[in-house]
Amino acid sequence: MTMDQGRQEEQTLRGWPRRDGRKGIRNYLLVAYLVECAHHVARAIAAPFEAEGVQLIGFPGCYPSDYAFSMMQRLCTHPNVGGVLLVSLGCEEFRRSELAETIARSGRPVTIAVIQERGGTKDTIAFGRSWVERTLAELAAQPRVPVGFADLVVGTECGGSDGTSGITANPAIGIAVDHLIDQGGTAMFEETCELLGCEAHMAGRAATPGLAAEIMRVMRKADDYYRDLEHGSFGGGNITGGLSTIEEKSIGAYAKSGTRPIAGLLTPGVLPPRPGLYLMDMVNDGGVRFGIPNINDTATVVEMVACGCHLVLFSTGRGSVVGSAIAPVIKVCANPATFRKLAGDMDVDAGRILEGRATLAEVGREIFDTIGAVAAGMPSKSEALGHQEFILTYKTFEPLGPSCLPV
Amino acid sequence: MTAATTNPPDAIRLSEQDNVAVAVRDIAAGSAVAIGEIRLTTLDAVPLGHKISLRPIRAGEKILKFGVPVGSATVDIAAGCHVHMHNVRSDYLNNRQEHWE
Repeated sequence: MTMDQGRQEEQTLRGWPRRDGRKGIRNYLLVAYLVECAHHVARAIAAPFEAEGVQLIGFPGCYPSDYAFSMMQRLCTHPNVGGVLLVSLGCEEFRRSELAETIARSGRPVTIAVIQERGGTKDTIAFGRSWVERTLAELAAQPRVPVGFADLVVGTECGGSDGTSGITANPAIGIAVDHLIDQGGTAMFEETCELLGCEAHMAGRAATPGLAAEIMRVMRKADDYYRDLEHGSFGGGNITGGLSTIEEKSIGAYAKSGTRPIAGLLTPGVLPPRPGLYLMDMVNDGGVRFGIPNINDTATVVEMVACGCHLVLFSTGRGSVVGSAIAPVIKVCANPATFRKLAGDMDVDAGRILEGRATLAEVGREIFDTIGAVAAGMPSKSEALGHQEFILTYKTFEPLGPSCLPV
Repeated sequence: MTAATTNPPDAIRLSEQDNVAVAVRDIAAGSAVAIGEIRLTTLDAVPLGHKISLRPIRAGEKILKFGVPVGSATVDIAAGCHVHMHNVRSDYLNNRQEHWE
């Protein structure tokens, strides 16, 4: 696998142009429930069309949330999304008409099915399926345009980390991220709670002193928050896999970010204003509120997708099988023993590095080439297996200060 | 000695400053292991991905991996030991509950 192959993939890359200038690498139709009470109806609408690119997302809460509303706006106007059916019970506290207007203004077909107004479960499912069928035909006829690596936004995540993650998969992802940034693309890394111990090094990579100070601020916030919770993002399989402390897990996870300068600091749902490498802060502002910020890996993936990630590089040592709604997930398996057990779920075998069968640089190139192939339409393993995990919970963030996204 | 010096190695040291190496395969207790210039005999079993002490580490001393501290020794650790939860603590946050399998 070579950079030349990556460039050939780029030449054949075609995607869907969106009104905001972004381009999608998929053209999914979303069915989105606006409260848990509408979840079953939404799932029943989407289920028969799963193989045709219809996906289910939603927000389960009934209490109002500016955070969840802005996340749903971003997710429903994500470049990989071609159209949206909103499914509402009717009495939940969610500004459904405003969300539908945002989607319509973005040029996407959208409608709202309100269960209390459509005559209940059966009639709403029938209405929804008929709308989905018509809209799928509309999406299939949409034109496509060339896409380059400079158009791509790629997220990085690790799940089920063990003692091999920081040696093989994470630094190999870092190499792929460096390649992507060098081609004018955009990448992000996150989970400040899993970067404790790396704060000084990250600050040293910040594009400006003001951004460095912001990075130190959000890292202190993460440390304080998890101390108050009395439980950090570490345990279980991490320990079985040989990691002894959160900072040991962190330094291994940090390798995913590669070596390029950090261009800015995001919060969930904020779009990177220009290409480059971004850190995302995912810890609530204002002290402990709404509990554990990211209750699982999917919560983090969804936040990166809301920041516009077209696809996600996901490193695993113990063996995570998750994918994601909206953005394909590429699995990079760190542990050679895990790869042999779960090969059907893994896209890249980075454990070869431990067994002397490949170099870090070779696996890094392979990951970069896989980005090109998946962006060109090849389904990732989790995507082909039908994974489309999704979760959205309550959070709260203050607006980002001017130093977070320096010009 | 021959098994320990063939490629790939039994364990890798990620930085010259490190006082631990990472096992790249399951290593049994009592195995002769070669990591670069270092020769030692393991006192414990060290599973794939876990850490092995390369020299004696005193209680309170930092555990160095990737050339950076990843925790502190809670007891004196001899060379060739499994380095993990039983002899290391975080300098950041130590979770109270321990309920993993």
